[in-house]
Amino acid sequence: MRHIISILLENEAGALSRVAGLFSARGYNIESLTVAPTDDRTLSRMTIVTRGSEQIIEQIVKQLNKLVDVVKLQDLTEGAHIERELMLVKVKAVDAFREEVKRLVDIFRGRIIDVTDSTYTLELTGTVEKLDAFVKALEVTDIIEVVRSGVTGIARGDRALTI
Amino acid sequence: MELTGADIVVRCLQDEGIEYIFGYPGGAALHIYDALYTQEKVKHILVRHEQAAAHAADGYARATGKPGVVLVTSGPGVTNAVTGIATAYMDSIPMVVISGQVPTHLIGDDAFQEVDAVGITRPCVKHNFLVKDVKDLASTIKKAFYVATTGRPGPVLVDVPKDITAHKTEYIYPKSVAMRSYAPVSKGHPKQVKRALEILLSAKRPMIYTGGGIIMAEAQSELRELVRTLGYPCTNTLMGLGSYPADDPMFLGMLGMHGTYEANMAMHDCDVMLAIGARFDDRITGDLAKFSPYSKIIHVDVDPSSIGKNVRVDVPIVGDAKSVVTELLNQMKAADRKPDEAALKKWWKQIEEWRSIKSLEYDRTSELIKPQFVLEKLHEVTAGDAYVTSDVGQHQMWAAQYYGFNQPRRWINSGGLGTMGFGLPAAMGVQLAFPDSPVVCVTGEASIIMCIQELSTCRQYDLPIKIVNLNNRYMGMVRQWQEFFYDRRYSHSYMDALPDFEALAKAFGHSGMRIEKPGDVEGALREALAMKDRLVFMDFITDQTENVYPMIAAGSGHNQMHLHPGTGEPPEERELA
Ligand SMILES: Cc1ncc(C[n+]2csc(CCOP(=O)(O)OP(=O)(O)O)c2C)c(N)n1
Repeated sequence: MRHIISILLENEAGALSRVAGLFSARGYNIESLTVAPTDDRTLSRMTIVTRGSEQIIEQIVKQLNKLVDVVKLQDLTEGAHIERELMLVKVKAVDAFREEVKRLVDIFRGRIIDVTDSTYTLELTGTVEKLDAFVKALEVTDIIEVVRSGVTGIARGDRALTI
Repeated sequence: MELTGADIVVRCLQDEGIEYIFGYPGGAALHIYDALYTQEKVKHILVRHEQAAAHAADGYARATGKPGVVLVTSGPGVTNAVTGIATAYMDSIPMVVISGQVPTHLIGDDAFQEVDAVGITRPCVKHNFLVKDVKDLASTIKKAFYVATTGRPGPVLVDVPKDITAHKTEYIYPKSVAMRSYAPVSKGHPKQVKRALEILLSAKRPMIYTGGGIIMAEAQSELRELVRTLGYPCTNTLMGLGSYPADDPMFLGMLGMHGTYEANMAMHDCDVMLAIGARFDDRITGDLAKFSPYSKIIHVDVDPSSIGKNVRVDVPIVGDAKSVVTELLNQMKAADRKPDEAALKKWWKQIEEWRSIKSLEYDRTSELIKPQFVLEKLHEVTAGDAYVTSDVGQHQMWAAQYYGFNQPRRWINSGGLGTMGFGLPAAMGVQLAFPDSPVVCVTGEASIIMCIQELSTCRQYDLPIKIVNLNNRYMGMVRQWQEFFYDRRYSHSYMDALPDFEALAKAFGHSGMRIEKPGDVEGALREALAMKDRLVFMDFITDQTENVYPMIAAGSGHNQMHLHPGTGEPPEERELA
């Protein structure tokens, strides 16, 4: 099962490597990992997408909680939540494809954020599935570069991860 | 008054009540060494290799329950200490390691004797810190002691760049620490304890299996009371030996790969298992698919991540062993319910049958010295009251099986990491903590060489350790595996070109003995232990062919043990009692 784990951790040098090291040392899988400071400068918020059996996920959560730099965590997938990923794509855009790509961008509600004679740079935000579908649709033309931020997420409703 | 960082380090240690630190100097640590020079409160023990500093601090911690403290320099000082830090980590031993680091402005430059100490030790410490400002130094050291000694204990490293040890600031040692990201649990949940008690009292074939957690939590009296009140059998892991008295009839001996027949069979057949402060390590469980197939498991541990890691657990209880067992006893008294006497009687009858095959018997008529015999005699001569450290191999298992530990903190060995070279330096730490008690290092001729240089430290500080070298001219444990699983191809396990240990001990300024006949064993032990003012190295030339039994081979279940060739046949078929 796929799980999205949100972590508040001390904004200390080395905190990221403790988390990353835990995953590699124990052979847990990381699909994506994002991290940035929060409104509280002393805290970073990390979002990890991982996969594993219930037993493995339970171990991951316990092992993360055991790290001294981890202040609090939440398995977003345990409740209703919103997940988003940002993607930037550079594609070849010549001749008829200039119009075709524009149409696709509209359909997916993305934006063209940079243009040259022969390329477009596109921006799209959404769930992993939506971004995957967009990349697939863009295969009509040549994709030059795909940059994805990795998933971030937040719980719906009153549920919140704060200290 | 403002103090330098170096003085602050030393003041912190003083204020923490540290009596010994184990270390080795070098460039990045020289300011700290200078600060040590002008005081006497904290005694520094100069080892001969940083690995030994960590092992000695570890031995001190295991024997006393207080944190062990290590001081090393940057670069090779830290890397040498890593084996010792990892050893402490695997066995959850409270330890604080202070390492010198190159000056802050050189960090990351591949400076002389620079290593990323925080990075290198990260996977084998409970936590570590790099101090970047002298103002944070005292509070960081306080946190280090707090983290190392609370919850599930472990080593904590504090890396201190040289410039920080020269900078000055006001010294305040915090009285307490609060860390929002670290809050160890202590009390078990009363509702979970209640559930556990119900299952426990409904057992027909109960088994109590306890590990090092009882020793850490100093819960030996509570465990004793629990076992005696219930009348249930008890087994200990290698790390838990001494937490329940070995000479008590309720004790089934050690369990696991080299556990007794009765302990392993009872683990296999039990219907309720109470595990306290033990972690279902692979050396305990054997093949997980065959592990204790009929039991409901109650697992008490201070570390939530230990619970449910290897085996499924029916009642998890996160908490300190002492507080949980106390709660269990209190609830039991209040509930006024008794165990099932009839079932219990049947169960004990079955256990006695298993016990009657005497799985620890060995050939007592041999002309050669049997290692088991040396350990039995050692128990006799020391009245079972010595501190016994060991290295890793057959001798370690024999010490665990035959010494018979009746008290906690007497058995000091590297269980988790299995570090050869641990025994002698660990014994130094123990002997410093208990200068008037007998401290015996049971070792093998391969292991002892790994930290033999510490004989020099023992001379410098007059540590009257007794070394029992079970010399079989083989890496015996390796040889045993090669005999069983590699068709007797003894690849690189023969110890060639061994030194004359008697002469070697003398060269370091100690006494040495060489014992070759079974009839001389007791006399030699008595003579050596009577020499209270000196280290004695006893080189026992033992039977090379002896193996450790019982043995559960990898991939086997608890009911599939290799027994000593001389042992009586185990009962073939059995019905669950
Ligand atoms: C540092 C280290 N290296 C290798 C091993 C693997 N090992 C385990 S037991 C053993 C042999 C130990 O021989 P010895 O000290 O003579 O003890 P014996 O088994 O003969 O009693 C070895 C090499 C280890 N445990 N530790």
